[in-house]
Amino acid sequence: MGFLLALPTAILGYFLRIGWIRTIGLFVGAGFAGVLLISLGSTASTYLSNPPEPTAEEEFHKHPKHLNLASDGPFGRFDEAQLQRGFQVYKEVCAACHGLNLVSFYSLEGLGYNEAEIKAIADQWLIEVPSVNPDTGEVATRKAVPSDRFPDPYANETAARAANNNALPPDLSLITKARHDGGAYVYSLLTGYRNQAGYKNEKGEELLKAFPATKTPQGLYFNPYFPNLNIAMPPPLSSTGQVTYAEGNPAPTVDQMAKDVSAFLVWSAEPKMDARKGTGNAVVLFLLIATVLGYMAYQNLWYSSKRKVAPVGPLDPVNKAKRNRASKKAGIKS
Amino acid sequence: MSFSWAKQYEPKNQFMRWLDERLPLPRLIYGAVGGGYPVPRNLNYLWNFGVLAGIFLTIQIVTGIVLAMWYFSSADGAFNSVEHIMRDVDAGWAIRYAHMNGASFFFIVTYIHIFRGLYYGSYKAPRELVWMLGLVIYLLMMATAFMGYVLPWGQMSYWGAQVITGFFSAFPVVGEPIRIWLLGGYAPDQAALTRFFSLHYLLPFVIAAVVILHIWALHIPGSGNPTGVDVKNEKDTLPFHPFYTAKDGWFVGLFILLYAVVTYFAPNYMGHPDNYIPANPLATPAHIVPEWYFWPFYAILRAFTIDFILPAKLWGVLAMFASILLLFFLPWLDKSPVRSGNYRPVFKRFFWLLVIDVLLLGWAGGSTATPGVVALSQIASAYYFAHFLIILPLVSMNEKTLPLPDSISSSVLHGEVQEAAPLGSKSRAKPATA
Repeated sequence: MGFLLALPTAILGYFLRIGWIRTIGLFVGAGFAGVLLISLGSTASTYLSNPPEPTAEEEFHKHPKHLNLASDGPFGRFDEAQLQRGFQVYKEVCAACHGLNLVSFYSLEGLGYNEAEIKAIADQWLIEVPSVNPDTGEVATRKAVPSDRFPDPYANETAARAANNNALPPDLSLITKARHDGGAYVYSLLTGYRNQAGYKNEKGEELLKAFPATKTPQGLYFNPYFPNLNIAMPPPLSSTGQVTYAEGNPAPTVDQMAKDVSAFLVWSAEPKMDARKGTGNAVVLFLLIATVLGYMAYQNLWYSSKRKVAPVGPLDPVNKAKRNRASKKAGIKS
Repeated sequence: MSFSWAKQYEPKNQFMRWLDERLPLPRLIYGAVGGGYPVPRNLNYLWNFGVLAGIFLTIQIVTGIVLAMWYFSSADGAFNSVEHIMRDVDAGWAIRYAHMNGASFFFIVTYIHIFRGLYYGSYKAPRELVWMLGLVIYLLMMATAFMGYVLPWGQMSYWGAQVITGFFSAFPVVGEPIRIWLLGGYAPDQAALTRFFSLHYLLPFVIAAVVILHIWALHIPGSGNPTGVDVKNEKDTLPFHPFYTAKDGWFVGLFILLYAVVTYFAPNYMGHPDNYIPANPLATPAHIVPEWYFWPFYAILRAFTIDFILPAKLWGVLAMFASILLLFFLPWLDKSPVRSGNYRPVFKRFFWLLVIDVLLLGWAGGSTATPGVVALSQIASAYYFAHFLIILPLVSMNEKTLPLPDSISSSVLHGEVQEAAPLGSKSRAKPATA
């Protein structure tokens, strides 16, 4: 009988020794860790018995191409000529379906337009601003003025979907901030349409052979830069000269137009970026000087309360004196 | 203040004397952060992060008050009001980015502050209440940050609110009614947004109040120090002002510099692009992730994948709450009489393992839940609980610690006799033979 009691007594004695908080802690810890290890076992066995199959998105979705913009980096600033070209592309190509409803006409001064030009742009904007007829009170539209935001191309989401094969063209105001690597993403997407038949990834695998079920359905377009590979938007930029740039500008190739409109959409997502970086440079410079001065004040103040460290080796005054005496003796001037 | 050599406040002029006799506010400040607070002379730079946390709390309150002048807590208008601040309000972008990144920096300095406490045993007697009040501040910070992230009413705001309030529905019977009561509806909507805004404005002031208790409790035994040895006499301390105000001063400058670099040149680096898409209850984002400072807890939540007695979701929620609550018991889990990790060789190794473990948990919490990531978070979560509840108590009972220095001032010379020999002393050690 003794040995039957020995173990529980030893365990009880141990718990009494370590105290009740640690005893409870031990059980809680062992409980959580135990359930986690059981979970780990189930994760492993699921993985082994039913290994996850690679998906077409994992194998064929491409990260954005590299895009250099004048506004990159802490010292980068917007290139106004490029922004104006990009705005022209937006106006003539994108604006038919995509809104810009967070951007005001007046903020186009950031593109280098003056007040009169902005007034003209607002006045001639093809989509009018919803309004009320002042005489009858009926729903009407009026011409835009600089204080207006860009009017939406569709009256509401239902109208937008009805006109676009049930797809909703997103508003572009924030598109480059709402996507990873936004500017490069827009540029890659606009220039990334490919023929799906025979399309291969970097590893040389052919999409339709590896994943026959992913054939692009009717009404969608294959684009490896789009997360699910098939986008509802038909290629918006298709040929050189689709937009006529004013003289002195680069040739309007698809690549150039895509770059320009991406630059414009980087601007539209954050029109105050130039001010941000300019202020940032001044603030960082100020803080740098203030911090260095603060550090020097700190060193100065603590000098007397820090322990003095005796120099050793060649810097030891005793050794220094010996060296000097030896040099003097040998006639070498130090 | 408990040290007998702490200097007493002496009014410099007639007015201060008049004030001091009626309302000893200058005396209070002098004793709290002035020349009247003796501080161990051997603090290293890890001791600067408490002051830094206070600075970031202040930045958050000031920028937050300004933002609230323009922000509009309406489900239809919140997103656009934030963009209005970014685009049309003078310097609105600066205030908004400062607030957004200020939250991240508040957590960065707080995490360093917490891990400093873990390494140097700052939770041990007589500072248990300092530690526990600190944890209360941390919990309040988490609640405040979560509700603040909901306010811009972007996709991650909305779905984050959906997921986090969904934790409560894991509890049987009472869970779902609690969730609906908290949200004021079946899903996050106007009622939730307005109350989150109200509480987001309130809680920072509650934090400020608990900070005062935290500092009050700290000033009874005085600050700890890297040796963990108690202050013995005046030689061990320096007055807070000017010595530590100067040391904090330049270090705060350095950290504000880092903060400015991120705020002005990479303001969205620590955010999620999806939060620039307006909230849409009908479209679930591909990957819902919280802000980076919650990733370790998110990893613990997702690590429980099987219904073992309790449903997996309930296990996850319990473990997530337990992972913070267990820290309240730390002073009694770790009973080693030695405070500082410097003199605890076994503890020190496990401490660094814990640091790596929490970093791995953070990485796993921010990643897509592939089988590999899930397995990693399961191992790392198991270690997290084992560390605090099994390993630490056992180590603290059995560890052979290193000899402690006699005092703080002698520790300054500890093991450095040769280097520290004063100039002209007879006992100068010979330079190493060339």
